[in-house]
Amino acid sequence: MTEERFSFTSGAKKTLMIIGIVGFVLLILGVIMNMNSGHGHGDGHGGEEHAALHQVADDLVASAESPQEGAGTHAAEEAHGEEGGHHGSAPWLKNVFTNLWVNNVYFTGLGIIGLFFVAIQYAAQAGWSAGMKRIPLAMAHWLPFAGILMFISWWIVKADVFHWTHSDLYHGDHADDILIGKSTLWFWPLAAGSSVPLFYLLRMVVFFVLWYMFFIWIKREMLAEDIDGDVKHWYKARKFSAIFLVIFAVSSSVSAWDWIMSVDPHWFSTMFGWYVFASWWVNGLAVITLIVVVLKQNGYLKVVNANHLHDIGKFIFGFSIFWTYIWFSQFLLIYYANIPEETIYFIERLDSSQYKWVFFLNLILNFLLPFLLLMTRDAKRHMSLLKLVCPIVIVGHWFDFYLMITPGVMQENGSFGFTEIGMLMIFGVAFLFVTLSNLAKAPLYAKNHPMLEESLHHHI
Amino acid sequence: MESNKNFVLGIYDDEDVLLKAVTKVRESGVKIHEVYSPFPVHGLDEVLGYKRTRLPIAAFLFGLLGTTLALTMQTWMLGFDWPMIIGGKNFASIPPFVPVTFELTVLLSALGMVGTFMIVSDLKPYKKPRLMDIRITDDKHVMAIDLAKNKLTVDQIKGIIGDSGATEVNDKKFED
Repeated sequence: MTEERFSFTSGAKKTLMIIGIVGFVLLILGVIMNMNSGHGHGDGHGGEEHAALHQVADDLVASAESPQEGAGTHAAEEAHGEEGGHHGSAPWLKNVFTNLWVNNVYFTGLGIIGLFFVAIQYAAQAGWSAGMKRIPLAMAHWLPFAGILMFISWWIVKADVFHWTHSDLYHGDHADDILIGKSTLWFWPLAAGSSVPLFYLLRMVVFFVLWYMFFIWIKREMLAEDIDGDVKHWYKARKFSAIFLVIFAVSSSVSAWDWIMSVDPHWFSTMFGWYVFASWWVNGLAVITLIVVVLKQNGYLKVVNANHLHDIGKFIFGFSIFWTYIWFSQFLLIYYANIPEETIYFIERLDSSQYKWVFFLNLILNFLLPFLLLMTRDAKRHMSLLKLVCPIVIVGHWFDFYLMITPGVMQENGSFGFTEIGMLMIFGVAFLFVTLSNLAKAPLYAKNHPMLEESLHHHI
Repeated sequence: MESNKNFVLGIYDDEDVLLKAVTKVRESGVKIHEVYSPFPVHGLDEVLGYKRTRLPIAAFLFGLLGTTLALTMQTWMLGFDWPMIIGGKNFASIPPFVPVTFELTVLLSALGMVGTFMIVSDLKPYKKPRLMDIRITDDKHVMAIDLAKNKLTVDQIKGIIGDSGATEVNDKKFED
């Protein structure tokens, strides 16, 4: 096989730059609009809704006067604590911070899923994907940037996004028993309420370092194979992949608790790790597919044909349903058990004019449309339909993360506008820039991959 | 001549030869009744010119039937026939119906698909199989040509099959 290289043309770079600048302008515009309207929103009908919401919460608490009196009191304390306690930054700034965090988490997911996809192909000894593994590998180059961005922005957003970081919640008048109970998870080995949540930050750093190390090791073997064609690289990559998968199983779950679930620190869901993983995974698959399709339509990747697209299309179809399954498992149990400190999560999202539409849009974009559009065989084999479904899934899962994080931070002040679109565009451009420039550095497919021949004859 | 009774069989011992033979025989204007093989041969359905199955459409419709049935049944049972308060929810509320709806959709779609497949393939428990040649259960591929559906003479057909790489060319007659 001959070598094929992707060239990241200056035209493409220019287009990305323009999108990035437009995104930046939209962000500024959105911030200015929020600055001018922010107060009215908070004092107007938003205030009424706020009161109504707490009324609902209080009713629930009252109706659930359980033998364990603790539960009710804590939820009430939370409501009062938030009213009396921390208002933090101005709403517009809070909004920017929330967006920063949503996109941090969302794009970290794309990076880590790139590595996860490659690792799964090696561990399963899959042959069909041999021709397209360089695309997820290129996506994983985002990981170091994601790690640094996340670590730095955590310090900026922590007071607004992470309620549990306020030290007065752990002693004195505002002491919060639930958070004190959970404090080890964040502050160990330091005292609860310390200014540095050592255990939490340690996990963040360790996860990114581990992910990056395995990325480097797997990538090294993949690229070394191009030069000498020795099959030992494949075996080594498989070994690294298998170890990485075990680490990823734990770290993906824990990072979901740390980075997203702790935004609502009183609330918990045992499904959450899987839920975030499902969202990341199907979104990553959609991005991989979209890049493959666009490359093919520009004349690259002759080694990938309709059979490979069919397989990855099935992946998107199947995992869209998997995401829905997890989403519903979480929803049904909370709905049926009807325990106040659990239902509050869905009440915040369903009983509010800001988020109700996002809640249903989430299900339409991530379940209904991919399910119906990708059901037939032809849909998965034709690039035009994949080009329609992948962006739906990609946007849909952005809304999924928006819905996980924003209501917990912004409460009734949350909105969707230019700030959100602008920030997403900036992050998207940065991610694509890193991915595409690294895609151009290595051959587009591994010409010495021991399973390339099998992949070429793949037929379903 | 009556159809489905008199066959000419070409026996092949290699699937690559078989694939080329199928193309060649069809190009010579002979209509192939069916090709039997001991294992799935990739690309065989394409060279035979078979259309893709419409079974998925049946599966979808049966699935739709399952969804409708499940939702109607539960709404009627829990909403009208015997309303019960469970966990303080409405009598007929959608979320608790979803698991049952999902299961019935999958069940009816799967059973309906199997049933449809058995009907269109004429498979039934008491059906006596018509074995063209016992060796298709072992190591030989068999191309069967229905004489009633071909205008060419027996000798012409046998000649075409013989030239296409068959190791044997046999006659097969069914009495039933």
